[in-house]
Amino acid sequence: MNIIIIDTACANLASVKYAIERLGYQPMITDDPDLILKADKLLLPGVGAASAAMEQLAQRHLIEVIKVCTQPTLGICLGMQLFAEHSQEGNVDTLGFIKETIAKIPDCGLPLPHMGWNQVYPKAGNHLFREIPDGSYFYFVHGYALPLCSATIAETKYGENFTAAVQKDNYYGVQFHPERSGLAGAKLLKNFLEM
Amino acid sequence: MLAKRIIPCLDVRNGQVVKGVQFRNHEIIGDIVPLAKRYAIEGADELVFYDITASSDGRVVDKTWVAKVAEVIDIPFCVAGGIKTIDDAAKILSYGADKISINSPALADPNLISRLADRFGVQCVVVGIDTWHDEKTNQYHVYQYTGDEKRTVATVWNTLDWVQEVQKHGAGEIVLNMMNQDGVKQGYDLTQLKSIRQICKVPLIASGGAGKMHHFLDAFKQVNVDGALAASVFHKQIINIAELKQYLANNGVAIRLC
Repeated sequence: MNIIIIDTACANLASVKYAIERLGYQPMITDDPDLILKADKLLLPGVGAASAAMEQLAQRHLIEVIKVCTQPTLGICLGMQLFAEHSQEGNVDTLGFIKETIAKIPDCGLPLPHMGWNQVYPKAGNHLFREIPDGSYFYFVHGYALPLCSATIAETKYGENFTAAVQKDNYYGVQFHPERSGLAGAKLLKNFLEM
Repeated sequence: MLAKRIIPCLDVRNGQVVKGVQFRNHEIIGDIVPLAKRYAIEGADELVFYDITASSDGRVVDKTWVAKVAEVIDIPFCVAGGIKTIDDAAKILSYGADKISINSPALADPNLISRLADRFGVQCVVVGIDTWHDEKTNQYHVYQYTGDEKRTVATVWNTLDWVQEVQKHGAGEIVLNMMNQDGVKQGYDLTQLKSIRQICKVPLIASGGAGKMHHFLDAFKQVNVDGALAASVFHKQIINIAELKQYLANNGVAIRLC
């Protein structure tokens, strides 16, 4: 299987690559549009600010490439947030697959950013969470979040409930870091790769 | 519910894990990768690696072990020690670390925190604070260069003020190393932690002093810290992480049981 991790020059590319290698696959990190278009599975990792990430994608002429992809694509953390229409973080327009705005996690008197292992509750039936029990812990690190919306396939709670995972057509996204979420994370990545 | 984190800390010197008492007299504990792997399997929620020689020596330290850890570990980990520039941080993050932690260099240049936060996001910028309780004055003071006995100095900072300052600069998490307690296994300094918790709006990690399982429970129940960090009790297998987590869960702490 041809697995491509889209090179967004962000920090967690190596961790995502290692996590997929631990499952026995050989992913490639690249920003070459031809390779990206031909891939069987795509991953879009992201760490940092939305505006910086969009700038990186624009510089590499990848915005249109990602928009025309039809293979299963998994956005991770900021990568998932880029699937929304707009981000309050840096006030930037993003890829627009999901007609929602990424907003700052409201101050409910809890420490911010939302950092650590939190429980995720998937909706029944989505293949991404196959054989992953309700309430499994995944590792989150973020200050902005996607509110619950029609594309939400899993949610979590920190002060209030927000989106932990989304799906819109071939675009899947997770707010947490499956590459750093122990066995549950490995299972989720395996589910994605076996789609 | 967000789980409280149990964080083994591995002090690294010359590519090996070491541990001292009150930051002194380090003995070798073992190789980095096997120990990191063992902790991940036992249920650690996160790992912290402190390259304790780095800041004091002023030299560039070989960090390729970070990539080896990233390859085998499926939980988050943070690397501290000798990170003075954006480039230093970029290198460690590109090796696969999830967060970087700065301590002495932040005291030398508090704007470094802001620059790191702007470039990589606040979520991966941890500030470590070495704090000493002066019993005569009943004040908490921040110390610098604690990796080297000859260079360790008291700074002008009162700990509470420094905690406020680093948050202003964009620290995403604070690890409070209570030096009086380090390695002596008498429990975390709950009095100090309580006063810091009141002003700390980012995740707060207690460090220094854990000797018994109830010390962890006290820090979570009485102070509501986000995580508890310890070294000796895990290295010397005085406390097993899986047993500790079961004990905490039985006592009503939100814990990720593996």
